[in-house]
Amino acid sequence: MTRRLFPGLLLLPLLGCASAAHSAQPSPSASAGGSQSWSRAQYPSTYQRRADAPVLIRNATIMTAAGPELSGASLLIQDGKIVAVGRDLAAPAGARVVDGTGKFVTPGLIDTHSHLGVYSAPGTFAEGDGNEATNPVTAQVWAEHSFWPQDPQIPLAIAGGVTIIQALPGSANLIGGRSATLRLVPSRTVQEMKLPGAPYGLKMACGENPKRVYQNRGPSTRMGNMAGYREAFIRAERYRERWDEWLANRRGTAPERDLQLETLAEVLRGRILVHNHCYRGDEMAQMLDLAREFGFTIRSFHHVVEGYKVADLLAREGTAASVWADWWGFKMESLDGVPENAALLQAAGARTIIHSDSPEGIQRLNQEAAKAMYAGNRAGIPVTREQAIRWITANPAWALGIDQTTGTLEPGKAADVVLWSGDPFSVYSRAEQVYNDGWLVFDRNDPTRQPRTDFHLGQTAPGVGR
Amino acid sequence: MRCTDGRSDGRTVGQSRRMWASLGVVVGFLTLCPPDRLAGQTIAITGATIYPVSGPKIERGTVLVRDGRIVAVGADVAIPGDARRIDGGGKVVTPGFFHAQSALGLGVGRSLAEESDEEYTAIGGTTDGGQSGEINASFNVLAGVDPNGIAFPVARMGGITTAVVMPSGGLIAGQAIVLRLAGHSSGEMLVRSPVGMVVDLSDGSRSAGGGSRAGALARLRSVLQDAAELRRRPADWSQNRIQPLGAPARELEALYPVLDGSLPVYVQARRQSDIENAVQLAQEFRLRLIIRGGTEAWRVAGVLASARVPVVLDSRDNIPSFDGLQARSDNAALLREAGVTVILAGQDPGGQMNLRFEAGHAVRNGMQWEDALAAVTIAPAEAFGLGQEMGSLAPGKAADLVLWSGDPFEFSTGAELVLIRGQEVPLTSRMTELRERYRTLPPRY
Repeated sequence: MTRRLFPGLLLLPLLGCASAAHSAQPSPSASAGGSQSWSRAQYPSTYQRRADAPVLIRNATIMTAAGPELSGASLLIQDGKIVAVGRDLAAPAGARVVDGTGKFVTPGLIDTHSHLGVYSAPGTFAEGDGNEATNPVTAQVWAEHSFWPQDPQIPLAIAGGVTIIQALPGSANLIGGRSATLRLVPSRTVQEMKLPGAPYGLKMACGENPKRVYQNRGPSTRMGNMAGYREAFIRAERYRERWDEWLANRRGTAPERDLQLETLAEVLRGRILVHNHCYRGDEMAQMLDLAREFGFTIRSFHHVVEGYKVADLLAREGTAASVWADWWGFKMESLDGVPENAALLQAAGARTIIHSDSPEGIQRLNQEAAKAMYAGNRAGIPVTREQAIRWITANPAWALGIDQTTGTLEPGKAADVVLWSGDPFSVYSRAEQVYNDGWLVFDRNDPTRQPRTDFHLGQTAPGVGR
Repeated sequence: MRCTDGRSDGRTVGQSRRMWASLGVVVGFLTLCPPDRLAGQTIAITGATIYPVSGPKIERGTVLVRDGRIVAVGADVAIPGDARRIDGGGKVVTPGFFHAQSALGLGVGRSLAEESDEEYTAIGGTTDGGQSGEINASFNVLAGVDPNGIAFPVARMGGITTAVVMPSGGLIAGQAIVLRLAGHSSGEMLVRSPVGMVVDLSDGSRSAGGGSRAGALARLRSVLQDAAELRRRPADWSQNRIQPLGAPARELEALYPVLDGSLPVYVQARRQSDIENAVQLAQEFRLRLIIRGGTEAWRVAGVLASARVPVVLDSRDNIPSFDGLQARSDNAALLREAGVTVILAGQDPGGQMNLRFEAGHAVRNGMQWEDALAAVTIAPAEAFGLGQEMGSLAPGKAADLVLWSGDPFEFSTGAELVLIRGQEVPLTSRMTELRERYRTLPPRY
């Protein structure tokens, strides 16, 4: 509970996991330049799926996040993929058969906004690796280079049904750096967690945090913030032109690499997705203007406490809204938070997401979604269960650019699956089993499937924490 | 302006709620009236599932309220002809919830009581909860309470009717008070002051001890000794015939009720050793102790049970820190099983309105449902010396109660009627006004 400064302060740049196939991250294609640093693999993913037995979950209520809720249904997992969802599925040889009677099945939960691993427990200064608060523009830093895979908060999030997170840099800076999209699987290195094929994200921040952090050197105002983004992207445009021209002709020496501008140029090329911490509605409109000026899109605003004031605008622009259920009143720009925010965004047609920005909240994304859904319903704003489950599965998958491979329970998608003891929208339900890419990474009833980090050993008893 | 005794007809809850919303000016008139005149109506909630806390659950029961007090609770209650009847069929009645650690009214916004990262407990620059020194025993937060704080109506919408409002900062932060969440002035809201002396023996106390926990504990002990000494030898003190004291006389004098055992020490302690130190100190000086935080309390549950020390904890506190590595989600359940009085009250980022979900979370992690209800009603009331006045639906107690649409710990339910001392309070807030303004876009300004 010492993390209160996160809301707004921390964004970790996470690496979107670059698979080997996607690893030539600097935009220039890998074929040119031979031994130049820009043409080599850029910190590629080394993730490997853990083989596990096929699984048939029988007679459960299945919330696919891609259609209506199915009761008395079965789900078949094999070789890390969802094979089928329906009735009367037969268990293949060697399959683990799970009785889902009275239980619920959902896709693995996905958090678009986490600082796990970059603001690790136990919360010492030594582990405060989320904000490179030395310059308002630090597009050159990557959250994965801060990420500590032994953060003891990771198993807690897994036990909450989370399978994938975007680890972000903090929000001290106008442009905080790259994010990483990670599978929550116990690993020695962050590279082993990077989701192959996931694009990188870029963390940007509006409002109070940058102007507070840099008040003595600037920016110290919102207009200063705006000028800061524009100056950075003006330089990025020029940089991109120089590189694109050189790549087309290959004449002379390649332009000098600039890590900061390299990332921003990738944003301009549409290969890095912008994730923008922004509370106030009027400020989101400013940021959408900024994106228009430079020809990029903002994939998701984060926090969006005043999203309900501009829900029509967000729906029209196609920018997702990653929100808390009901956080409010801890800074001026959060003063106008309402519990019906997510419901009003959904009703307006905006792509709505419940995010955590919190090592506590990430353990209960399903409950936060439930709270927001019911708050809307009580106020006469219709939100269906099918919509609300998408807030923590399919919609965040879209925001991270990974919705082709995960986020719903459809045949062919990755077997990211949670079995819940009951309705995931009830306060009393818990995740019983969590499958990450087909691997049973957590089982509440099996101590051998309850991962502990190095940090836990010798100082916390098994089972403590969950 | 004539005082009114409020509504005594058969209007429905919805009607009266609309009336509150549209006639805000009436509130101004009413508040000119003395509180006892406000409490003059009779209300009967019928047909509800009632959890009196002081006794077993009653199905299809009636709660009768008159003049701000509970008159009767049961399956067979005669309802006076002049009573306003409220149909509670299919719904649930509980005592109003009692939040045991807040800074409500001491800052703009959600006003949490957490001592670290204070700028995130409320809007930066608006807080009135702390003093700069380490020994602030004479500091009482009451004068700093803004009765118009926007978090009060929000908390009420979550069924909170009573709250501890506490100072923060320093080894001895000062005096906590209890407010009811209705009234025109902080004086009118005040239930009791002080109710506890807020002390920190957790990680945050090190600086007060010259850099160590042991130093902080030693300093607290010597301050208590000095207070006892000053009390024994006031004449010597006034003639300078006493050793130099560790704090100004007014701070030490403020500790007399603590030494008497009439005012509890409300001690933040999370690590096992800090909790044990607090218990030992309390036994040494015969203090009444309430532990706050209690992350590793489950490890010394037997000690706490036999010393009859209540523990105020956050049921979701499960992240290890060096101030409590053995954090676990079933802390509340383990303590309760050992016979410890558990009080649930955390620092929810959504504010005090979410206390009911903290209770649900405790149940999710093994606590009995009825114990969780007690942990947000009678347990805090008794710990802060108000068990005779509130915390259950026993006849004679203040009519602080909530009519819920269903299980109050579930997300799918809500508070439909909140009575504070028998008066219906409006279930509107700045939040509901914002929501209505922007329900359809563009808004009408």
